[in-house]
This record gives sequence, structure tokens and C-alpha cells, in this order.
Amino acid sequence: METTVKSPSKPEVLLELNGVKKYFPIKGGILKRVQGNVKAVESVSLKLYKGESLGVVGESGCGKSTLGRTILGLEELTDGKIKFNNEEIQDLKRKEKKKFVKEMQMIFQDPYASLNPRQRVGHALDEVFKMHTNLSAQERKNAVVDLLKEVGLKAEHYDRYPHEFSGGQRQRIGIARAIALNPQFIICDEAVSALDVSVQAQVLKLLKALQKKYNLSYLFISHDLGVIRYFCDRVLVMYLGHTVEMSDVSRIFNNPLHPYTRALLSAIPRPNMNAKRERIRLVGDMPNPSNPPSGCVFHTRCPMAQEVCKVDRPEFIEHEEGHFAACHFAGVKL
Amino acid sequence: MTTVETVGLKEKKREKYIVTTLRRLFKNKLAIVGLVIVLLQILMAVFAPMITTHDPIKQTLADSELPMFSPGHWLGTDNYGRDVWSRIVYGARISLVVGSIAVALGLIGGVILGMLAGYYRKLDAIIMRFVDLLFSFPGILLAMLIIAILGTSLVNVAIAISIWSIPTCARIVRGSVLSIKEKEYIMAMRSMGASDLRIMVRHILPNASAPIIVFATMRMATAILSTASLSYLGLGAQPPTPEWGAMISQGQAFMWSSPHLTIVPGIAIMLTVFAFNVLGDGLRDALDPNMDLQD
Repeated sequence: METTVKSPSKPEVLLELNGVKKYFPIKGGILKRVQGNVKAVESVSLKLYKGESLGVVGESGCGKSTLGRTILGLEELTDGKIKFNNEEIQDLKRKEKKKFVKEMQMIFQDPYASLNPRQRVGHALDEVFKMHTNLSAQERKNAVVDLLKEVGLKAEHYDRYPHEFSGGQRQRIGIARAIALNPQFIICDEAVSALDVSVQAQVLKLLKALQKKYNLSYLFISHDLGVIRYFCDRVLVMYLGHTVEMSDVSRIFNNPLHPYTRALLSAIPRPNMNAKRERIRLVGDMPNPSNPPSGCVFHTRCPMAQEVCKVDRPEFIEHEEGHFAACHFAGVKL
Repeated sequence: MTTVETVGLKEKKREKYIVTTLRRLFKNKLAIVGLVIVLLQILMAVFAPMITTHDPIKQTLADSELPMFSPGHWLGTDNYGRDVWSRIVYGARISLVVGSIAVALGLIGGVILGMLAGYYRKLDAIIMRFVDLLFSFPGILLAMLIIAILGTSLVNVAIAISIWSIPTCARIVRGSVLSIKEKEYIMAMRSMGASDLRIMVRHILPNASAPIIVFATMRMATAILSTASLSYLGLGAQPPTPEWGAMISQGQAFMWSSPHLTIVPGIAIMLTVFAFNVLGDGLRDALDPNMDLQD
């Protein structure tokens, strides 16, 4: 294995992204010619280890959901390489891809929209087995009932329609569908954002329990730093399609290197009124991803931007062991 | 962790989709009227030999042009002495059968075209231009053209009307597919590695069924009316077939001496078209696409 082993607890790389790009062409004019690209994901390189949860945070529109969909192949990759279990999967044909489909699953944001409203829950889960296994009808039914129980639902829920469930229960069905084929890797795209806080905690607990039981790896996309802090081992911060900073949770939260990360952290509401804290306010909106700023993409809003930032794009490099950041002044305090 | 969020799962919510739809439909009085007329007509068509007293095409010249409420012929007889009631009842059979075949064929063509156009963006332009082409012909003219090519018969009438139904149906289906395709559950199925065919048939079609059902019901009215129009023009049912449009056409010559020969089949056509239209309207309201998301 050519990967650098970080620590004994995270020995094996499960997923490796190398310069992954996703551009959405902007077509216009009578001839529908490509007039430009929305650069949703720009040169993302990272490694995800077996059994870990990597959180992905960023403002809406920063490309975090697109990143997840691109990894799963739901969006066509513009450029770059995706390795899963040391096999490149980006150019696989549909049939060859089928075995990876079993290994990579997704839990969606909106539990109300991610289940077919005209399909009984049991049948929805049954369909997964129908597509990927050769089990008999009775075996499939047993497997579905086991799954329902696994995620904290009951066997009698088999014949119900999605609209008969609460949001949290629906998300459990979404989870059941994702774990049905015993995957190694699950992308949680804002999986708990649509839920009440109390239900959020229950679903997160379930996800953690499943991770322990099956040694799952999660790519946990969220905009909620509190949830990320509770749930993830490492965090990736994205801004305008670029990776900005990546490290383990404690270092991201206690010693952020990038000014954008600091600004994000300072926006978390704190219960302690008297705590001394500096609020870093970002001015302006996120730039248009079809026409990103020159140099460092963050320089238009960065409180510590210098001339060099307008010209030179900082590399996403390792500043301390396992702590990556893309900033010319990484770690420099304002 | 195995706690289930408690939720007020009312028994009321456990009823089937079709029951909810019917319950909503029955709140609409006009739709009930439509449904009753349609059901009566179906019964009439099915049990035609039992509820008629005469052979619809048997001529009894001695009894010709009897007025309404004559003994033995409560709707009178036509110029050949054929029982008008019997002809109306057997005419219901023809209208329903031709109408259903026309709508079914139109639906098959329209659903397939609309589905492909909505799902595959690359086929969209080609299919929809073809549909526009069909649209550019006035309906009855297109039907006449097709009959001119295929020859006059009821089967050809059904084919002609079905071809004329395809473009409207394709547009309706394409529109629904375009919106359903973007739903997260379709994305979820794709992430599960489901084939396009499976997604289209198992996931998009059931969710696009409401507008298709409404279209089919409304289209029945149009199809029955068109069958009658074409037969009236001599392009559909040929004598002595007891078809309503053909009956009006034949009765026309006796407008003054025996007005019931045109009025009775006219009322039959009108009632049928009215019934299917109000039923379609009622279904449109009952099959609210969002009903399963509400409580």
C-alpha cells in the first residue's frame, strides 16, 4: 500500500480522490453552445480511511453535495481519479460498476422526498435485494424485516406507505435502504439536517452504532458544525468548490489554520454569554462559481488577504502532520 | 437506540390510496352524476342483449317511423322499422369499445413517447418535434386523412383517434416525468444502481399516473364524440351498424316527420360526453398529487 499510514487506528485507505473536478456547463444561445462552466468541485484530493467519519462542511453552494454525488457516480466526473479499495472506478462501465454500487451507498437529506410515495416501505427495501441478490421472495422478506428491526422499526411497518411515518422514521428507512447490501462506505448528504434536534440525536446514535457494528466509513456532509463535532473523526472544509482545510475534529475546532474555518467556527452560537470570543464577520456574498476570483478563491472576503493572495493560488498542503490547509498565511493570527 | 419515535399513527391514515381518492371523488356531486351515467352505460353495453326487445339491425318495414312511446317501441322506430332503443343500447357498446380502444392505443403511444422524451434529454428534441408535427394538424382533419389512407371502418376510426390523442398525452406525460425525474427518490434509486427501465416503470410511472388517468377519462369523451362525428360524415360505422353518429346522419332526412331519430342519439352522445367530462374533472380534484404528503 502506497498510502502513508497516519496512525494505527486508521490503517487502510478506503476511498481516495485525486484532483476530482466537477464542472456544470452553462449552455446558451440558439445553438446551445457551452459558454462557461460552473465549477462546482475544483481539484479535490483526499483520502478516506476504513471505519472513519469524514465531515464535509461549507456554506450552501460550496459543492459539498456535488462532491458526494460525483463520488457515487450520480454526476459525471469532469476530471480526476476516484479510487475505491485501490481500484479506479471513474471510468467503469455500468455493469462493472454494479459491485461498487453495493459497497457505496447514500443517505439523502430530505426523508420526505427520498422515498417513493407510491411504494410500500417493505417493497422499497425488497427492491434493493431484488436488484442485487438472488434471494427467494421469502428470504428477501425476512431480510427486510431484519433490516427494519436493525434500524429500530417494527416488522409491521412492512406494508405501510412512507407518508404514514414521521420524519425520523423515514430517515431510518433511508438508512435501512443504505445498509441493506452491507456497504463499506455511506455518504450522508445532510442526513439529519431536516430533522428536529431530538430526532437528530437518535438518528446520529443509530448511525454511530451501525458504524461500530459494520466498520462503516461515512462521508458526512453537513452545514451544522455542532453535528460534525459530535459525529466525525476528521473534517474537510470546503469553499467555492475548493478544499480549504482538513484535519481531525479537535484540531479543526481548537486550532484552525485557515481564516475561512475560523470565520465558520466563530459563527457557532455558544451558550455561554460571558465567554470571550471574537466574531469574524465575512463581508459580501460567495463569489459566482462560474467566474471564481483569481488567486486564492477566498481573497475577496478574507480579513487577512494580501497582494499575493490575489495572484497566487495557495496549494492545499500539509502544514502539520495530518492537517492540511490552503492558505499563504496558514496559522498566522490576525 | 431502538426507540421508535412515537407518532400518532391514526387508523384513518392507514387506508389505501384508492379509497382516499374515491372518498374525495364522492364529495363532488357532479362527478357522482358522471360516474353513474358512465356505469349505467357500461351496464347497458354489457347486458345489451338482455335489455333490448328487438334486433338492432332487423328491418320491419311495416313498423317504420313509429313515434316515441309506441307500444313495443318506447323510443319509436326509424325509417326501416328498426327499434331505436335497441340501436341506442347497441350503439353504447360501439361507442365504449371504440372509445376505449382509441384511448388505450393513444395512451400506450403517448406514455412511451412522453416517458422517453422526459427521461432522455437527447431524445427530447426529436420526439417533441414529431409531436409538434402531429399537433399542427387539426384533429378531425388528421383523423380523416388517416381514414382516407386506411379505409373506412370502426377499427380505423379507433386508430385515427388514437393517433390524434398521442401528442397531447405525450406532452402531459413528459411534463410529469420532467418534474418527477428530479425528485430525490429517483436519485436514490439511481444511487442503488437501478436500471433506467426499472426507474421509469416502477418509480416514475406510478407517480405520474394521476394526470394520465384524468387525461384518459377526458379523452374518452372526445373519442366518443369523434367516433360519432366521423360516422356522421360517413367515415366510420357503415350502415346498418347501430352507431350514434351514423344514426343521426340517417335520421337527418326525417328531421321533420320523425325528429326523435336525430334527437335521441344526439342526447345519448351528449350525455356520454358530459358524463366523462365531469368525471374527469372530479378525478382531477380527487387525485391531488400532493395528497400523500398531507396528513
